[in-house]
Amino acid sequence: MELVEGLAVIAICGIVTLFTRAFPFMVFKDGDRLRPGISYLGYALPAALFAMLVVYCLKDVDFMDGVYGIPEVVSILFTAALHVKWRNMILSIVGGTAFYICLNYILTLL
Amino acid sequence: MDNKVAKAYKAALPVSSPIMAGFMAIGLSCGLLTVVNGLPGWYAPLMSVVIYGGSLEFVTIAMLVGPFAPLETAVMALMIQSRHLFYGISMLGRYLGRDWRKAYLIYSLSDETFSINRSVDPPEGVDRTWFMVAVSSLNQVSWVAGTAMGALVGPMIPFDVSGLGFVMTALFTVILVENILKEGRPYFALIGFVSAVVCLAVFGSGSFLIPTLVLMLVLLLLFRKKIERKV
Repeated sequence: MELVEGLAVIAICGIVTLFTRAFPFMVFKDGDRLRPGISYLGYALPAALFAMLVVYCLKDVDFMDGVYGIPEVVSILFTAALHVKWRNMILSIVGGTAFYICLNYILTLL
Repeated sequence: MDNKVAKAYKAALPVSSPIMAGFMAIGLSCGLLTVVNGLPGWYAPLMSVVIYGGSLEFVTIAMLVGPFAPLETAVMALMIQSRHLFYGISMLGRYLGRDWRKAYLIYSLSDETFSINRSVDPPEGVDRTWFMVAVSSLNQVSWVAGTAMGALVGPMIPFDVSGLGFVMTALFTVILVENILKEGRPYFALIGFVSAVVCLAVFGSGSFLIPTLVLMLVLLLLFRKKIERKV
């Protein structure tokens, strides 16, 4: 690929990304967020999106082979448990990640 | 520096720090992948500024290695980034005003930044807009630095940092749990989870995002009356 073509590919991806981020702010006026349908979605969507993002992180995990995604699933449950117990964001994230890294290390030893 | 700004960054730093660590680690592998594929190293930080979206940047590297196909590139980018449309709808009530700060907040609305700015309230006495700008910029600077470092010194790093990428999974898990605990009703999260799992199983990892978003929207609107009655 030529340099100009490479830069064009990056520019296309950048423009599309900016479009998806800015579109709702272009179509909805300031007062629109108070309309019942929009305010319901603004309130209901985040939780649904957070759940989707957890699944999105696991999209390339192989659940049919290898270790069957067990380290990921167990570490997510461990992270969630930490958070239910202490409600400390940094503790849960650091603890969950350390747990995941240790679990993977132990699995490579087996 | 303006006192209001300094206070916002001081409050944002501890909140952003796990993401900053994760962005550095994933950014490192993104930068490394850029040079390993024979692309110019400066492509990595350039993508992080122009695109600023981790998943798409990894795919962009693959597209940069292949033949030039502008239309396919645009369609692929739209498929991967479509979820941002929903972040914007959720942030209509938060990203207000008319100055450059709103423009920057919209441009830098990544998955992680959305999660934080939608769920974390700034401490008492800290300006909300500056707090959100601080979170957004700390996150982005770490990503740009991570990818640049990965391109520069990635091939020399003797150990594997990919396990640190789990920081992102942990972050979304924590934000989700916090949301359910705070709101006390898991219906919305359940709808998002079921939609994503079903669509991932049916459509596969390459093209499940748009079906997930559509199914999620339909289910949320379908159950609106039922959920609102329970609330």
